[in-house]
Amino acid sequence: MAGVDKDMLAQFLLRMGDNTLILGHRVSEWCGHSPVLEEDIALANTALDLLGQTQLWLGYAAEVMGDGKTADDLAFLRDAWDFRNLLLVELPNGDFGQTLMRQFLFDAFHSVLLGRLLQSSDQSVREIAEKASKEVAYHVERSADTVVGLGDGTEESHARMQAALDLLWPYVGEMFASDDIDRAMAAAGVAPDPAGLRDEYDALVGKVMAEATLSIPDSSFAHKGGRTGATHTEHLGHLLCHMQWLQRAYPGANW
Amino acid sequence: MKHEWPLWEIFIRGQHGMSHRHVGSLHAPDAEMAIKNARDVYTRRNEGVSIWVVEARHITATAPGEKGPMFEPSESKVYRHPTFFDIPDEVGHM
Amino acid sequence: MYAQMVKSTGEGVKDRDAMSPEEAAFQDKVDADIKIEPRDWMPEGYRKTLIRQIGQHAHSEIVGQLPEGNWITRAPTLERKMILLAKVQDEAGHGLYLYSAAETLGVTRDELTEALLSGKMKYSSIFNYPTLTWADIGAVGWLVDGAAIMNQVPLQRTSYGPYSRAMIRICKEESFHQRQGYDIMMKMAQGSEAQKKMAQDALNRFWYPSLMMFGPSDAESVHSAQSMAWKIKINTNDELRQKFVDQTVPQAEYLGLTVPDENLKWNEEKGGYDFSEPDWSEFFDVLKGNGPCNHDRLNDRVKAWEDGQWVRDGLLAHAEKKAARKVAAE
Repeated sequence: MAGVDKDMLAQFLLRMGDNTLILGHRVSEWCGHSPVLEEDIALANTALDLLGQTQLWLGYAAEVMGDGKTADDLAFLRDAWDFRNLLLVELPNGDFGQTLMRQFLFDAFHSVLLGRLLQSSDQSVREIAEKASKEVAYHVERSADTVVGLGDGTEESHARMQAALDLLWPYVGEMFASDDIDRAMAAAGVAPDPAGLRDEYDALVGKVMAEATLSIPDSSFAHKGGRTGATHTEHLGHLLCHMQWLQRAYPGANW
Repeated sequence: MKHEWPLWEIFIRGQHGMSHRHVGSLHAPDAEMAIKNARDVYTRRNEGVSIWVVEARHITATAPGEKGPMFEPSESKVYRHPTFFDIPDEVGHM
Repeated sequence: MYAQMVKSTGEGVKDRDAMSPEEAAFQDKVDADIKIEPRDWMPEGYRKTLIRQIGQHAHSEIVGQLPEGNWITRAPTLERKMILLAKVQDEAGHGLYLYSAAETLGVTRDELTEALLSGKMKYSSIFNYPTLTWADIGAVGWLVDGAAIMNQVPLQRTSYGPYSRAMIRICKEESFHQRQGYDIMMKMAQGSEAQKKMAQDALNRFWYPSLMMFGPSDAESVHSAQSMAWKIKINTNDELRQKFVDQTVPQAEYLGLTVPDENLKWNEEKGGYDFSEPDWSEFFDVLKGNGPCNHDRLNDRVKAWEDGQWVRDGLLAHAEKKAARKVAAE
């Protein structure tokens, strides 16, 4: 793993950890409000997995940064412009269908990516991926089943799922828009260049959407900026207002 | 439409080598989702290595009123149990 | 308690002579600690009282998700967030186990849910109080779960098999809930001035509502007498309340917090604390729907249920189509 730029590695780790942090937070918003108890419990499990992964990714990011920060510091004390998550995961939950569509579109990417990270040249990345990939294998199975069930369900559920897919599809392209950081990670064998994962992703998503009787929009337009930090949606700031409130209001307190 | 998801009975093998045991019930639209729901509801604390699900309406049970004829006749067959037989200590473990 | 003021037959305990042979045999089983199982004969009053009690308990679990869920998105650390989420998730699980137990008595979960949403069935008064600060999450775990455990531990021995088994599972899972609440309180009580103030304020607001959880004195209640004869209620409300106070006061002292009761005093003679009664008129107001959060809590449940209808219908429609396709293919 010689020759990896520390700053670039840290950026890569933030991208991983911010995705799981922000999505985990979003999913946790459902707790107590789901359509049925069984789904409430399942969604909480997904959120717990993602938050657990966050501790590992951000913990390692903090270690690489080497300035004495912790995973909690990174989660609770950075402002919006420092976050490196995909725009997709910060979007509001919408209805249950939109939440599950977002979940599946991310799970599919996450599972393909983690599969590659099992071969990372970086031992810590490999270890985190090993734990996370088992959790995510279940996430993608469950979210795919739900997308198929709702897509192929009633007229109303089909219409809602198609609307969710239409809304979220423009946020998929960002997953594969690689930059210098990705190329550096690929060169060092830390992580694959995400651009190379697109075919596998499309095959998986295509299969599930066909089963769900949903049509993937015929547009390659992609909203971008989250993973590079160039921009975010307005929604992220509001999410952070909730998430960071106590740490900001009572600086340095021990909870 | 308004009808409820069917009720499923959940059986979990807690450890390798043990039998599946009834742990409770839940609702699910079909068997596949029942398995997944069972995983999420009943194995949150690492309780299982295998899950069976059976739709509740498919379970056939003995009637409580038949308890006498069903189960009491076996009470008197004490010779089926090892403790019925006295083996002298000198013989050793048997 | 999670099930408060559950009405039984209202007729008090029947004399042995007035019982039918079936009733007498049933009571003998209960007296001998033999569990009653779903398909066994049971008096209609027993079945109905149990549906009310287990149903109310289940409703309390899922409405109880809301005040604590209120802080999941604002928990101060990643670890606290996960612990709180896992705890509130457990409550959904406990609701599920209890609904399942009620379903063995011939009522469906949907029927129970609709009774909750229409206001026909109640949930515990405690969940109509707001969680204003992070310390409230500590206080709810410490006091509310602490009070609930007082009742739930003896209920593991209740006469109805499915209820007893649900309570055993719940008690096993709940054991971490009160501890996590107290753990939050310890951090706050040992923290900054602002945190200490927050902790004291939470205790001030949750003390009396916690005492109300046990319900008004039922020493004279015909409902309670019948429920106790049936072993679906194990202790009187006053016994449990006393036990709770005796257990909690030293815990508050350890935290350096003051229980908001000037009359609180150790009574050597009875071996327990003397303490002030909560304001029972407030309790009845809350039960009637006039608590600070009744409206919001019920609205949240109604919204989740109504917004979820298309999801439940959609997944069921798919399952039915899939089954039909499978039959057609065979």
